[in-house]
Amino acid sequence: MSTAGSSLGGMFSNRRLGRWTLNAFATLAFVFALLPLIFVTWLSFYEQEIPSFPPTGYSLQWYARAIANERFIDAFFLSAQVGLVATAIGLLVAIPASIALTRYAFTGRGAINNLLLMPLVIPGIVLGFSLYIFQVETTIATELPIMGSFWGLVFGHVLLVIPWSVRLITASLIGFDRTLEEAAMNLGADPFTAFRRVTVPGILPGIVAGAMFGFVSSFGNLEVSLFLVVPGQTTLPIAILQYLEWKIDPTIAAISVLQILIIIAAMLITDRFVRISRVV
Amino acid sequence: MAGVKLQGLSKHYGDFQAAEDVTLDIVDGEFLVLLGPSGCGKTTTLRMIAGFIEPTTGTVTIGGADVTRLPPWKRSTGLVFQNYALFPHMTVAQNVAFGLEMHKVPKAEIGSKVATALDLVQLGHLADRYPRQMSGGQQQRVALARALAFQPDVLLLDEPLSNLDAKLRHEVRHQIRSLQQRLGITTVMVTHDQEEALTMADRMVVMKDGRIQQLGTQRELYDDPTSEFVASFVGRSSFIKGRFSGGRFVSHGGLAVETERRLTGEAVVALRPERIHLGADAASDAGNTYRGRVESISYLGSSIDVEVKLNEIDSVIAQVVNKGRDSGASVGDEVSVTFPRDVPVFAASPA
Repeated sequence: MSTAGSSLGGMFSNRRLGRWTLNAFATLAFVFALLPLIFVTWLSFYEQEIPSFPPTGYSLQWYARAIANERFIDAFFLSAQVGLVATAIGLLVAIPASIALTRYAFTGRGAINNLLLMPLVIPGIVLGFSLYIFQVETTIATELPIMGSFWGLVFGHVLLVIPWSVRLITASLIGFDRTLEEAAMNLGADPFTAFRRVTVPGILPGIVAGAMFGFVSSFGNLEVSLFLVVPGQTTLPIAILQYLEWKIDPTIAAISVLQILIIIAAMLITDRFVRISRVV
Repeated sequence: MAGVKLQGLSKHYGDFQAAEDVTLDIVDGEFLVLLGPSGCGKTTTLRMIAGFIEPTTGTVTIGGADVTRLPPWKRSTGLVFQNYALFPHMTVAQNVAFGLEMHKVPKAEIGSKVATALDLVQLGHLADRYPRQMSGGQQQRVALARALAFQPDVLLLDEPLSNLDAKLRHEVRHQIRSLQQRLGITTVMVTHDQEEALTMADRMVVMKDGRIQQLGTQRELYDDPTSEFVASFVGRSSFIKGRFSGGRFVSHGGLAVETERRLTGEAVVALRPERIHLGADAASDAGNTYRGRVESISYLGSSIDVEVKLNEIDSVIAQVVNKGRDSGASVGDEVSVTFPRDVPVFAASPA
């Protein structure tokens, strides 16, 4: 009796120990991931110009400076603009491509699938440099103003958007029940109407999540943009880098916090419409 | 409303014949059931009527118009899918309205037509629910309302009851049948369940390997099956195998059986369990009488199955009404077995 009791007790305490360890590791991982964000946020409220510990006091002056800095503001709007346009174009490519990849068997399907995911695998600096060479050569060959233009930059960012959206849209297309399309056609909808009225709402979470991730990876991109921007046309990450070359005051921390807030807001708003956690 | 004609309809996938020379004349207002095991071509046939599969050869005519080359959305068929295929992002009312919108019904009329269709299946009060908030049986009725709302020429049912539990299946079977009769809509249903076919159909078609085995009313198929396959697929049968020589059938076990129909060569006699009479008494002249020994007894509630061994090879199963405690025989008893002369006989199918 007593042996049975103690082994039962042992089992329970083992399980409790297991759960405790799991929680501890999960917390550790969270702290590890969030620590830089916490420090950046803390730093952004420091009073003194040279970041040193402990802070001499707290103020909001760096936020005021960040918002007052015209270069940051211009860069922010350019980044947002490039991100939105690149995401829109990326979706126009990714949606048909995902349909072709999931629904039709054709030679080279695997190759095209890999090609579309390639920008995710290639180091950003390599991608940026290749795009730079390509755009310089095309500009010389065609004498069109491609290099250093808004559309040249957008073109590079479309390549950042495509892999994310193709991945997420194909995933939701694979999970989509095609008898729903047949039902729509049986009720009198032609294939395009069936797609628009039934398939698109069905895969919307995938499309939104794809757009979201595409936009975020474009908005935060540094390596590709580095090669494609020209003076007077800078994205936010590059503006931050350029500022850092001369100064390391908490303005950078403040602008980073603002950037994080914007992305969090975008995530929360998106999540209200589609549960991103279900697709990603 | 309209009849459906299938003329020499075939569908081949490479060497595989999913359907072969299917010819059917489904009259206006008829409830026709396509019955067969999986892979027999019944679903292929249904999908060719709906337009989802383009036939290799043959024609489909609905209401006198050749629709063989028309895509699904230009045909007037309402299909109830096996998994119902309700649009998950639309309410019940929006699901039902979809077909009406596609058929350019004026906006002002859609509301009342949706209500009428939902009332047909007694779901008017759930119009604003989403499919996921409903039970399987309710979803099935929404699918039915959606398929009927735009008043198609033909109603197509693809195993509509297979996802329901046994009790609900009985109920829905009668609902569908009475609705169909009330509307008088030509209906084609696919099923692998012979009981479903027997209780719902005006006429039924038994299919196997892409071909029609037999077409007829329930009575015709049950009483006069023309092949061993139909006799075993529709209802139950005991088979006595043998051959005709000199106009008489002699089983492999040595029984001489008198039959009304006479063939030549290898043949099979099919015996329905309820047509076989057991008795301890001597032969009557009602038909064929043999002596045998009770091999096993299975109790089914209202009836009892008694397996009787007639000789080393031949045995039959007789169904006797359960009349109470001392009804019938027990295992090992010697009994006489009688069955009539007008039993179905057909040439043995090549093994």
